[in-house]
Amino acid sequence: MSKILGSVSTSHIPSIGKAIALKLQQDPYWKPFFDGFHKVHSWIAEQKPDVVVVVYNDHGLNFFLDKMPTFAIGAAESYATADEGWGIATIAPVAGDPKLSWAIIEGVVEDEFDVVTCQEMLIDHAVTIPLQLLWPDQLPPPVKIVPVCINTVQHPLPTAKRCLDFGKAIGRAIHAYGSNQKVMVLSTGGLSHQLDGERAGFINADFDAECLHALINTPEDLTKYSIHQLVELSGTQGLEVLNWIVGRGILGAKAEEKHRNYHIPISNTASAIQILQAV
Amino acid sequence: MTSHHSIPGTVPFGPTEAMKGYALNRMCYSFNADECRKAFLADEEAYMAKYNLNDQQKAAVRARNVLQMIAVGGNAYYLAKLAGIFGLNMQDIGAQQTGKSVDEFKAYLQSFASKNEMVMKGGKNV
Repeated sequence: MSKILGSVSTSHIPSIGKAIALKLQQDPYWKPFFDGFHKVHSWIAEQKPDVVVVVYNDHGLNFFLDKMPTFAIGAAESYATADEGWGIATIAPVAGDPKLSWAIIEGVVEDEFDVVTCQEMLIDHAVTIPLQLLWPDQLPPPVKIVPVCINTVQHPLPTAKRCLDFGKAIGRAIHAYGSNQKVMVLSTGGLSHQLDGERAGFINADFDAECLHALINTPEDLTKYSIHQLVELSGTQGLEVLNWIVGRGILGAKAEEKHRNYHIPISNTASAIQILQAV
Repeated sequence: MTSHHSIPGTVPFGPTEAMKGYALNRMCYSFNADECRKAFLADEEAYMAKYNLNDQQKAAVRARNVLQMIAVGGNAYYLAKLAGIFGLNMQDIGAQQTGKSVDEFKAYLQSFASKNEMVMKGGKNV
């Protein structure tokens, strides 16, 4: 039986990729963000995950609006990166774990989540930047990944409840999978931000605090919000908190918060990091 | 299509926008490829025609006006690729949409930083 260690959740803002490339970790603007990862590095060194389930949203690299899956799961031997159009450096392909991918796919479909399966899948900055943040000196990272892509781009989006339930189904499938692998969850995106419209620059720290608190042991509290309310409270791209809700569902009933970092602003975003240990 | 009260200054990208903005977003999606970015820069009008942009979409792109692009169905995740061609970052884009200078927009973002400590310490609800 596979063991779920816990999760790291982090923002995935594209400008972080540029800051990494320019080695700006000690720059006064960036230091409060990057310093939040010291604790993440020691937690990962202690936990030694074998495989990472990455919950994220694609930003128009692998999926276009011609075919937009609500939930998609990668089942490839490896995942390549590619030019996203705005100058973030690509990284070497990241190893997949197709056996675990298919075990998750079989489990969630049995649980009535009819996902799209991808034997070829490009990963974008929402995967590669968090991997670079977690394993800054080890690229490609010393883990295999299973990418889980959530539609946060084109409404209708899956509800917060559906996202939490989807995460729970992934968790059940991992637990049922017969290997001794240690599985970590990496949820990316958010927290509150809005890039588009006259309300661009919107940030809501009070709601972010509510989300970070609820994600520890009362994620059901977030399912009372409709998608429209989440747009209002967290911004049009703050909706990426749905990825965090899926990730939280994977952990099971109880979790312990091991670390939190929160810093406004990184680019136009309230950046956040949270480590939850599954208990 | 569900109707909701509107959120000021906000257009959630739903079915109406998906249909209306398809050609514009499809063009922006093409900008993942360097040769497409170069082809756009070499002959913008020909490139927009190739992707069947309508007159309003062409006008919005010519004007480099993000609010206009949203009004004709542009999706933020795809428009970002167009903005990248012009070397605009998210603060430039935010400033343009809110009618602020870039410095004013950055100061606006910074104004939320007073809440950092509250959230670090667990938030008011804890």
